[in-house]
Amino acid sequence: MLEFEKPVYELEKKINELKILSKSRPELLEEITRLEKKLEKVKEDVYKNLSSWQIVQIARHPDRPHSIDFINGICGEFFEIRGDRFFGDDSSVIAGIGKIDKTKFVIVGQEKGRSTKEKIDRNFGMPHPEGYRKAMRAFSIAEKFCFPVITFVDTPGAYPGIGAEERGQAWAISMSIYRMIGLKVPIITFIIGEGGSGGALAIGVGDKVFALEYSIYSVISPEGCAAILFRDSSKASKAAEHLKLTAKNLLEFGIVDEIIKEPKGGAHRNKEEIFERVKEKIMETYEELKKIKIDELLRKRKEKYLKIGIYKEVKNGTTGNT
Amino acid sequence: MFFRKPFKPDKKEIKAEVWRKCDSCGETLHIAQLEKNLWVCPKCSFHFRIPAKKYIEYIFEKESFVELFNEIESDDPLNFPDYKKKLKKAKEKTGLKEACITGKGKIDKFTVCAFISDFSFIGGSMGSAYGEKFYRICEHAVSEKLPLISITSSGGGARMQEGILSLMQLVKTNLGVKLLEENKIPYITVLCDPTMGGVMASFAALGDISLAEKGALLGFAGPRVIEQTIRQKLPEGFQRAEFQLEHGMIDEVIDRRELKKKLIKILNILWD
Repeated sequence: MLEFEKPVYELEKKINELKILSKSRPELLEEITRLEKKLEKVKEDVYKNLSSWQIVQIARHPDRPHSIDFINGICGEFFEIRGDRFFGDDSSVIAGIGKIDKTKFVIVGQEKGRSTKEKIDRNFGMPHPEGYRKAMRAFSIAEKFCFPVITFVDTPGAYPGIGAEERGQAWAISMSIYRMIGLKVPIITFIIGEGGSGGALAIGVGDKVFALEYSIYSVISPEGCAAILFRDSSKASKAAEHLKLTAKNLLEFGIVDEIIKEPKGGAHRNKEEIFERVKEKIMETYEELKKIKIDELLRKRKEKYLKIGIYKEVKNGTTGNT
Repeated sequence: MFFRKPFKPDKKEIKAEVWRKCDSCGETLHIAQLEKNLWVCPKCSFHFRIPAKKYIEYIFEKESFVELFNEIESDDPLNFPDYKKKLKKAKEKTGLKEACITGKGKIDKFTVCAFISDFSFIGGSMGSAYGEKFYRICEHAVSEKLPLISITSSGGGARMQEGILSLMQLVKTNLGVKLLEENKIPYITVLCDPTMGGVMASFAALGDISLAEKGALLGFAGPRVIEQTIRQKLPEGFQRAEFQLEHGMIDEVIDRRELKKKLIKILNILWD
């Protein structure tokens, strides 16, 4: 439970207690109805004006659905591929082939892990170069069989470790981005939690990019930014505001095409609902993308990314494209 | 951040002080001697960081270099604290309008396009203007059928002050490299100290041929961040050019005094 969610959880607890009691004391039902109404109001108030930092906390919420949950929640069938055929298998990246209803997809996502052991095994969702190279393997399978690609972005970032650098993570990230800009199948990307810099972008280039309402995407973590900006990583909440990293900001900058609404309070409060919405969005988007000829699709993908950026062209005094 | 304090051979400063200590061996060196030696220590061959303009002077034939796209400058899209001030200061300090110079000129008999970043301009970091300039010089190289040489030094990679827009320049610059590939335009990268983060993780990693200056720090995560994460000291030479050569990431470690010769040699085969 996050600090600002307390009033919601407390009220919910009270309602549940009353519900148990009401089995023997039906006169309590009226009170329950009253409190349920109040709960709606409290939720409204708590989740209406969230600060960027509160959104960061929801994006990192321990119960937030991860890539693995989306895959299990959406796919009828899924076969996971393992290893990069160079060095090893990086379990902070899940990749595989699957079916959603009757349509076949290649799916790649970063996975943070849930239990302490799993988190350690998955390196808290921070990929090594093998993760990106496995992703590239998956992209090649997609191209060979003409399967569209779905990616789920959820990582604090690339792993700052010795092995990751020894095996060229900068090169691996760049090559994965390069592979995606030219990939000859539709790519649909979902920012489902935390989009941490280059490690996120390495699987985040898409024809359509969606962000879940309470997800974030940033060039640097708020803590890292605060350490540089204020020489104090505890000022992360302030840094989060400055970085403009919420889904709403991303939409304004043209980084994402659409925001996917989450259940009130975040996806973790009703996972089935968010799976349904994401699944619908996948099918709807694929229907739209598959009609476009591949050359045209690649041209559009390129144009989309060439448009991103805000700069000045001083010769004629105009501000450049957005 | 994690890099050494940049050296800025500003004209005034050169006049004011005639001597400089080598950052590596501590030898006291005469500025004129260093200049003649392309800012490489004659004793230990430590490579001082030099501004973009010096590379132009050292590589291109006299007065052959023409700057292009210098009308493109950074904006402040996030209204980020102190960014406008930082840009203003960087411009005054370097005499540049952005952290990179793009243009074309002659190296020996070859006319080539060049992209050269400058570490003394906000750490040579990549924002929207930087990314756009890289893409435009790629387009120019394609339309004029000229090879592209990229010389990079960037401490943090993507420029924090432009947030997510900076990160997206990794895609834009890679699109530039793709354009070169599709049109069979040679692309040579020269990686200088330091080339890190989003710059190394995009166009700087994709050269047909990739050279690196002696001792240059090359990689993704900065050494300090790694040390804080793994709570141990990094081995000597970690992420340096020699280390990256050993790990198969670059083609050759070069001495700056040989850079021009090397480029001519490569162009002689790729573009003759």
